[in-house]
Amino acid sequence: MLPKWFDKWNQDNPTNVFGPAILVGVLGGAVFAAIMVVSFGNPAQTASMQTGPRGTGMSVPEFNVARLAPDPTIEDYYTEEPYVPEGGEDLAKDIYENVQVLGDLTEDNFNRLMTAMTQWVSPEEGCAYCHGDGDLETYGSDDLYTKVVSRRMIQMTQNINENWSGHVNAVEEVGVNCYTCHRGENVPSEIWFNINPVNEAAGGWASVQNRATSLSQSTSLPSNALEVYLTDYEPVNVHDLESRVEGVPNDEDVASIQKTEQTYSLMNYFANSLGVNCVFCHSSRAFYDPEQHTPQWATALLGRQMVIELNQEYLIPLEAEYPDDRLGPIYGDAPKAACKTCHKGYQRPLQGINVIADWPELATSEAPVYE
Amino acid sequence: MMFPDYQNIFTQVQVQGKPEMGMDDQGNNMMEERVGKPRFNTLVGLFGNAQLGPYYVGWTTLVAFATGIAWFVIVGFNMLAQVGYSIPQFLRQLFWLALEPPSPEYGLSMPPLDEGGWYIIASFFLLVSVMTWLLRAYLLAQQHKMGKHIFWGFAAAVWLFLVLGLFRPVLMGSWSEAVPYGIFPHLDWTTAFSIRYGNLYYNPFHCLSIVFLYGSVLLFCMHGGTILAVTRYGGDRELEQIYDRGTATERAALFWRWTMGFNATMEGIHRWAWWFAVLTPITGGIGILLTGTVVDNWFIWAQEHNFAPMYDGSYGYADYGSYEAFIGKEN
Repeated sequence: MLPKWFDKWNQDNPTNVFGPAILVGVLGGAVFAAIMVVSFGNPAQTASMQTGPRGTGMSVPEFNVARLAPDPTIEDYYTEEPYVPEGGEDLAKDIYENVQVLGDLTEDNFNRLMTAMTQWVSPEEGCAYCHGDGDLETYGSDDLYTKVVSRRMIQMTQNINENWSGHVNAVEEVGVNCYTCHRGENVPSEIWFNINPVNEAAGGWASVQNRATSLSQSTSLPSNALEVYLTDYEPVNVHDLESRVEGVPNDEDVASIQKTEQTYSLMNYFANSLGVNCVFCHSSRAFYDPEQHTPQWATALLGRQMVIELNQEYLIPLEAEYPDDRLGPIYGDAPKAACKTCHKGYQRPLQGINVIADWPELATSEAPVYE
Repeated sequence: MMFPDYQNIFTQVQVQGKPEMGMDDQGNNMMEERVGKPRFNTLVGLFGNAQLGPYYVGWTTLVAFATGIAWFVIVGFNMLAQVGYSIPQFLRQLFWLALEPPSPEYGLSMPPLDEGGWYIIASFFLLVSVMTWLLRAYLLAQQHKMGKHIFWGFAAAVWLFLVLGLFRPVLMGSWSEAVPYGIFPHLDWTTAFSIRYGNLYYNPFHCLSIVFLYGSVLLFCMHGGTILAVTRYGGDRELEQIYDRGTATERAALFWRWTMGFNATMEGIHRWAWWFAVLTPITGGIGILLTGTVVDNWFIWAQEHNFAPMYDGSYGYADYGSYEAFIGKEN
């Protein structure tokens, strides 16, 4: 097949081609890989967000794939600019019956908000989800629990935007509306119920931990952190602020190892809810030291206070309103909120899009101000 | 002459023949305490001595095994009870489950069985088991007329065990400080322990323990590598080389002296290794014992002793980049 002179030359000049072939193969492969990476980009590229001084190792890393994929629920977000009233329009409270919280809206804006809420919360069931199957005349009725709960949720949303701006607008105006939690679902994802104790045949400390549960984020840490820290103002901090202090672990004000694990469980929940790590807020060498906290630490602190208020004043008191299938599977308790109910694993809910700009009605419990 | 060839961790030379039965030459009936008919296994011979057994079973072995099994069974059945005696759940959650120490409010008193009482009982059995096993190491060495180096080495590890489960909880005034018996839970304890006391990495004894731990690994690797490298000159017969230095020792010594200006001796390297190993749990145990009893916040302690530097620069990402850039919304 090959010319005779070539075969003859090969026979006369026996050469080990395997050594050079491996060398050429390796070098060639490396050059090829380099060209591919330069041309098409590094498939395993990571980004890291530096959160503290060099030398402290403070950075939040993320893979490109996850970083560049937008939150899929952003696409389905419905919004509509308000109709700025010219004065003299009839208000919802004059037109419709039993309008308790949105009465100061003009008819156009009232219907605009009702339409949006349908898109945000019950896109499939439509108006009937809260107002029932009756005619328009029956829409004032409070027969359905969904309507009673919605009214309270509107008040909660107004409260968050009005009084918790330090959390929800910490960096820039973002705000919250129904979609921040609901994302097109009747019941928001990432709500939680009491499940403790999680272990049988054990009491006290041993009964609330060492099980992979949704509330322990599948760790063996305590499952009661949300219950303890997000429904009441129980201190989270466990450190002593001097190198030597008095006290034994059974003292009321001395944090035990167990208490520390509980805090750890809460912190782990925070981190998972936001898709960040410890050093997003803390310098891990001194978790307690306020001088080494990032500004996000204060935002998170406010967030915790906010969640406690939402649970205490809005969500838990609604327990009597819900039908059984909306209550907790074990204790029949009301569904409760926490960080992940809004954040859904993103550092900013809906990746920081402004959901309040178009909805002055939800920004205040007073009569809305249109601009 | 045959040249044994060692190329990797698998020994290529096996001795299989008449079993080695050990000493029984003083009229004290030592064979009576050895059980099991010795046999040979080629697979085992690849890794070490091909002979399996006989096994020494004195009263110490019986006590240590009986109490150790009691501990194991108590822990296991507590885990099983926690999942309602469901075997699938037991297997599924095995690494998560634990027998936990009592809650803090019980101090050093005996709590109810389901709130840590079983833990105290199990711990008692474990204590007896470990201490008897330690005694066994001593008695065996004595019977062999050996030095007690292995006994002391194990005693160093037992020191750390006692600090964690007995000395420190007593000094703290609460059994709740002890370590849970569980795979993940004991790791939770370790992390929580460091966090609670202001970062254990600033505990100088913890630093020392790490030095000796990593140092042990390094020394083990250096020594193993050196001996394997001079085996072709008879360096594997270390005992002979100790009292009758040959070219293997000379070459090994020269190698290290030319590498770093200093070399251990054929005998001394074993003392280096032994001390590094025993100092790991000794220093570690001291560090644990001081934590919560003498020092409650190691980071602040380190600041007071001027070895926790502060770093210049801002905290928070806003000074280093934008969120939009991080999520790929802008470049």
